[in-house]
Amino acid sequence: MRIYVCIKQVPDTEAVITVTNDTGYDNEVKYVVNPHDEFGVEEAVKLGEKTGENEIIALCVGTERAANALRSVMAMGAHRSILVKTDEQFPSSDLIAKALAKVITEEGPADLIFTGKQSVDSEGMQTPYRLAAELDLPVVSSVVGFSLDGSTATVQREIGGGIRETLSVNTPCIIGATRGLNEPKYPKLPAILKAKKKEIKIIDISTLDISEDEGFRLKHLEATEERGNARIIEGTTEEIVDSLVKILRDTEGVI
Amino acid sequence: MSKVGVFIEIVDQAPGKSMPGLISAASRGGDVVGLLLDGLAEKYKGSLEEYGLTELINLSAPNRVLSKHPEAAGHALAGAVKTFGLTALLGVSSPTGNDLLARAAISLKSPLALDCIDINFKENYVKKSHFSGKTIATLEIKATPFVCGIRPNSFEAVQNQVTCRVTDHSALSVGDDTITIIGVESSGGQKDLTEASVIITGGRPIGSIENFKLLDDCAKTLGAAVGASRAAVDLDYAPHSMQVGLTGKIVSPKLYIGCGLSGSAQHFAGMKGSQVIVAINTDKEAPIFTKSDYGIIGDLFEVVPALTKALKTGPP
Ligand SMILES: Cc1cc2nc3c(=O)[nH]c(=O)nc-3n(C[C@H](O)[C@H](O)[C@H](O)COP(=O)(O)OP(=O)(O)OC[C@H]3O[C@@H](n4cnc5c(N)ncnc54)[C@H](O)[C@@H]3O)c2cc1C
Repeated sequence: MRIYVCIKQVPDTEAVITVTNDTGYDNEVKYVVNPHDEFGVEEAVKLGEKTGENEIIALCVGTERAANALRSVMAMGAHRSILVKTDEQFPSSDLIAKALAKVITEEGPADLIFTGKQSVDSEGMQTPYRLAAELDLPVVSSVVGFSLDGSTATVQREIGGGIRETLSVNTPCIIGATRGLNEPKYPKLPAILKAKKKEIKIIDISTLDISEDEGFRLKHLEATEERGNARIIEGTTEEIVDSLVKILRDTEGVI
Repeated sequence: MSKVGVFIEIVDQAPGKSMPGLISAASRGGDVVGLLLDGLAEKYKGSLEEYGLTELINLSAPNRVLSKHPEAAGHALAGAVKTFGLTALLGVSSPTGNDLLARAAISLKSPLALDCIDINFKENYVKKSHFSGKTIATLEIKATPFVCGIRPNSFEAVQNQVTCRVTDHSALSVGDDTITIIGVESSGGQKDLTEASVIITGGRPIGSIENFKLLDDCAKTLGAAVGASRAAVDLDYAPHSMQVGLTGKIVSPKLYIGCGLSGSAQHFAGMKGSQVIVAINTDKEAPIFTKSDYGIIGDLFEVVPALTKALKTGPP
């Protein structure tokens, strides 16, 4: 099987994001593989372990620096990777999906494609869907359970209130992974060293001849207003809870 | 007058709790038209026309239960947008809402923004979180029709009694089915977090599955849903479906009570949008006290039962 894992490089979730101008931020922060994507990579690797004859190809649309993210997922078990290079800080989901689709079409048809359910920087939640439209393949996102039986995948996703849906999906298909699917294993040193020797092919996005659709355009970015320090409620436990109930009921009107 | 479509999601056999707020948000953009999947429009319309829904379209497809076939449902929603000349399709950014809105958007080849916290039809923009809640992005809408998911509880419901007309519409072309929902399993008794207006959450110090009962008792007095931090989920004190945060549920209640949470960036990524945050923690230096509205320095095993009691009896 040929399995593609599509990943994004994003600022570490601990990073402080400093907005620098209307639509940009200070990119001198630590970057990591988008956390949701790691669940997709792990699932692909697990499938490879089972059948032993899968090729796992990691794909990423991002700046030159994103090669580090591809190294990380090759250390997790991807065999080779392709970076579609762009200078944009916020490439649109449409652009990303079109670039990924082009590369996949050129490299050879997919048996399975994993992405994350969303990126933690632009939080678009739509790349798996747009990729599905480009490749005319079925897609299920927010997947927390996956198994493959011949040409049918059985997947699970959570909806509200502790309810889990099971879906049957024809393959090839696109799976938007999230936490619950598996526990990604941190690569050990030999795997990290081996990943350094694996191939990263770099393609400049301008050579792909993609035309982007008009969609939503980032106009302005601003820091979220912070709450600051909490008002500490003091007294004996009884006094504290009584004051709290009064505040929530009378001042805040939330209960 | 332009017409704005809203996807009416049915939760527990009634329109979801966030529907009134969503209709109020949509009515800023024109007459609001509801889109319902093979549902009982006559039964539901009463609760929706109170908030200004002028038309409810009952979508169906030949030989298909749309609610079991997400692809067909997406095509049916998209088809209705075209047939009825809607300028936008809005829905609640719940798990099902996000899925069907995304499918409708790709079927329409339309722009899509999910989990928006604001929408302005006059100036053509939406606002949504970027970087897990650390920044807010304003996105300009560059094409119509567009599709937009609204985070629950982002808009107040405004009463606006109108008379709602029901129209039946059979979607003709919904494509082939490559995906079918074959099972729905409930872990039983868990209240939905995404749309909850009050949430009480337990962190690592909860210590066991059994101790979550303390939070359940308190939640009952408030009609609240119970959440968990990732640390509590990793230690198997709670199922993953209860996890709030970056890799769990995104919630936006009126009131969020965090019990034994340190206040990690990843947890806040999921609940920063709460209107009022109360933190209960034994450590006065805990970071959560620097980003909450009210703080109680104390042991959750003492404070929570006392709070439950105070809520039951009502304070002086
Ligand atoms: C990529 C990534 C994604 C993540 N996603 C999530 C996510 O979605 N959700 C999430 O929650 N976390 C997430 N995390 C984990 C996160 O970083 C924290 O580790 C986690 O949130 C900590 O949980 P906690 O606050 O329950 O525990 P701790 O950090 O251990 O804090 C426990 C707190 O309880 C206090 N305490 C101890 N005893 C008591 C008592 N008896 N009464 C009152 N207070 C007490 C302590 O003072 C302490 O402040 C993620 C991490 C990463 C790297």
